[in-house]
Amino acid sequence: MPRTEAMIKQGLTLVDAINEALYQEMERDTRVVCLGEDVGLNGGVFRVTEGLQKVFGPERVIDTPLSESGIMGTSIGLAMAGMRPVPEIQFEGFLGPAFDQLVNHAARYRNRSRGSITVPMTVRVPWGGGIHAPELHSDSPEAIYAHTPGLKVVIPSTPYDAKGLLLSAIRDPDPVVFFEPKRVYRSHREQIPEEAYTIPIGEAKVVAEGTDVTIVSWGACVHTCNEALDHLPEDVSAELIDLRTISPLDAEAIVRSVEKTGRCVVVHEAPKTAGFGAEIATIVQERSFLHLKAPVQRVAGFDVMMPYYKLEGQYLPDAKRVEEAVMQCLAY
Amino acid sequence: MSHAAAELKMTTAPAPRTRPNTGGRSSDALPAATLVQWLRDMMLIREFENRCAQAYQQAKIGGFCHLYTGQEAAAVGTIAATNPDDPIVTAYRDHGHALARGMDPGACMAEMFGKATGCAKGKGGSMHMFDKPHWLFGGHGIVGAQTALGTGLAFAARYEWEVLKRPLANPGVTGATPAKKKVCLTYLGDGALNQGVLHESMNLAGLWDIPVIYIVENNGYSMGTAIARGTTMAHDLTKKAEAYGMRGEIIDGFDVIDLYDAFKPLVDWCRENQKPAFVDLKTYRYLGHSMSDPQKYRTKDEVEQFKSKDSIDRMAHVLMNERKNKDSTPVLSEQAFTDLQTSIKEQVRHAMEFAENSPVPDASELHTDVYLNPMPNLSPTAEYRHGAKNPLL
Ligand SMILES: Cc1ncc(C[n+]2csc(CCOP(=O)(O)OP(=O)(O)O)c2C)c(N)n1
Ligand SMILES: [Mg+2]
Repeated sequence: MPRTEAMIKQGLTLVDAINEALYQEMERDTRVVCLGEDVGLNGGVFRVTEGLQKVFGPERVIDTPLSESGIMGTSIGLAMAGMRPVPEIQFEGFLGPAFDQLVNHAARYRNRSRGSITVPMTVRVPWGGGIHAPELHSDSPEAIYAHTPGLKVVIPSTPYDAKGLLLSAIRDPDPVVFFEPKRVYRSHREQIPEEAYTIPIGEAKVVAEGTDVTIVSWGACVHTCNEALDHLPEDVSAELIDLRTISPLDAEAIVRSVEKTGRCVVVHEAPKTAGFGAEIATIVQERSFLHLKAPVQRVAGFDVMMPYYKLEGQYLPDAKRVEEAVMQCLAY
Repeated sequence: MSHAAAELKMTTAPAPRTRPNTGGRSSDALPAATLVQWLRDMMLIREFENRCAQAYQQAKIGGFCHLYTGQEAAAVGTIAATNPDDPIVTAYRDHGHALARGMDPGACMAEMFGKATGCAKGKGGSMHMFDKPHWLFGGHGIVGAQTALGTGLAFAARYEWEVLKRPLANPGVTGATPAKKKVCLTYLGDGALNQGVLHESMNLAGLWDIPVIYIVENNGYSMGTAIARGTTMAHDLTKKAEAYGMRGEIIDGFDVIDLYDAFKPLVDWCRENQKPAFVDLKTYRYLGHSMSDPQKYRTKDEVEQFKSKDSIDRMAHVLMNERKNKDSTPVLSEQAFTDLQTSIKEQVRHAMEFAENSPVPDASELHTDVYLNPMPNLSPTAEYRHGAKNPLL
């Protein structure tokens, strides 16, 4: 939607940035439609699609019934016919009922039809914990989708990246799961260009440069890591990489950094076992073994269900745990 | 059959009768050549499936293989009622739909042989017949899943006609030929009646007036489970349609002409009014569910009974005895029928040869068509092929 006074003065939140991207892309390309539960009249549970139905009408910003499998499957059909659907699934836990459509169908059409039928769809999903919501509303299932060839998995951590990556995702010829870290939705404001711009999917960003240790993270945890950087001793020079996309993974950026620093700490919210951090640790040892000065450390959620909100802080990696892991790595 | 729910919504267009009482049957207007072509299409499917069975037994076809034998009239009669650019999707018993839609039998057979010349370059197999030029959006291996995709394809067709007012196929071309009204045929087996996604799809289609026709190819069994053992209201499935506010029809799928005459007005109505519908299409599969099926769930007598209503025999009989030219000779002579048999045998033999002699896909094909742009960093195996950096190797 057009920018408000507050946005002009104070910058855009992640929600504003995503809304702006949707608005601009819907204006540019009439094949783009948004659909999901309450995305129209009510503007979505997190108000990400606020105002869009007024501008583009109910035929392009479509309120659906509670029907995740139907929403996902219908969107795939739309995409197969040449449209650019952007379904919203209210919370990452509700991908469950749509899992078959996403993993068994959306991901596979290009391959199954050998390139003749494709699914240019962007599934927007509020993701991750830290907003005092219960399980199914706070999970981080990104590794499951990164483990699915044919899907791309994008997780922006800032308003600037969210806008550029969402525009790339909608224009991408393949299905993209676009995870939006709920914890960051309104926690940060940032001045970002008003005109449309794209950020390539699959390129990590070096948030802070350093020489002693590489911290790799994505989503809301990038901000946790940033906080940890402030607490590290003066003489520790840490490099922080925000992956932004976990599939395709910018392995080169990780390898380049680790070969410089010799140490690597991966930070994510999802449970540790078989989390995406395991993939990164493996790539580092496969490709940079002789550069390593210490074992790769993982700071992650525990192997439990996301707890109810009173224990949320115990579960989510915080700056202190990141700091400890970095210091352990340096002391090895 | 009750249309109470549908009628509530139908303020403008009256429901057609399956047998219009004036103007005769839809098929009356068709030239004899079209009817002969239907017979030919059904015979082609039968012969094709027979040769598939042989090839499977000789281990030339891998994966699974579900034959359409017995159900030929269903695909031929319904597809005959569509326009060539109406999209269709189906389940895994899909050879019949592919051939009826005009897929080259060679490409279809080569696909099952896993050859590079297959309709999906030998990567899909029996359950995954894709033919975009013929608007066939695939067979599907997850029972029921295709019903949501068909709903989306029909939704896109409606969006194209109503919102874009231009065909999606030419994105960016404004002012091109206005899009036309389309209908999407979405086939499912009776087993898929019990999958949640069908009910979500029908709800959406009923709610939004999506021009999709859900065609239940009701052959009475899902694997070994008779329909009444798995589905409520099996004796009148149109009740399910009624619950979603859409027209429901029970159509006999054994006589291709009757089938067409019942189905064509429904397609026309859905197209004109841009509404969904549901069809309980009665049919029967002669062979086992797949290539290994002990068939404990039915008797040989039952199978024989259905075979006595064989749609190909019936159509051949009609064309050779009942339908007459102006000079009162039958539209299909004995000789013409024999020629038909010979030419189909020949055609399928060619398809087999084509499949046999085609090359297997190159090993490099393993890494293609996962994404538009290959992303080597996604696949450590690809890295190993090109020499990994791993110092241990
Ligand atoms: C979701 C799912 N569950 C189970 C199966 C295994 N399966 C394949 S076909 C089939 C029976 C389906 O019967 P029906 O829908 O009536 O189709 P028909 O075989 O009669 O054509 C089953 C259980 C599957 N492919 N997908
Ligand atoms: Mg069946």
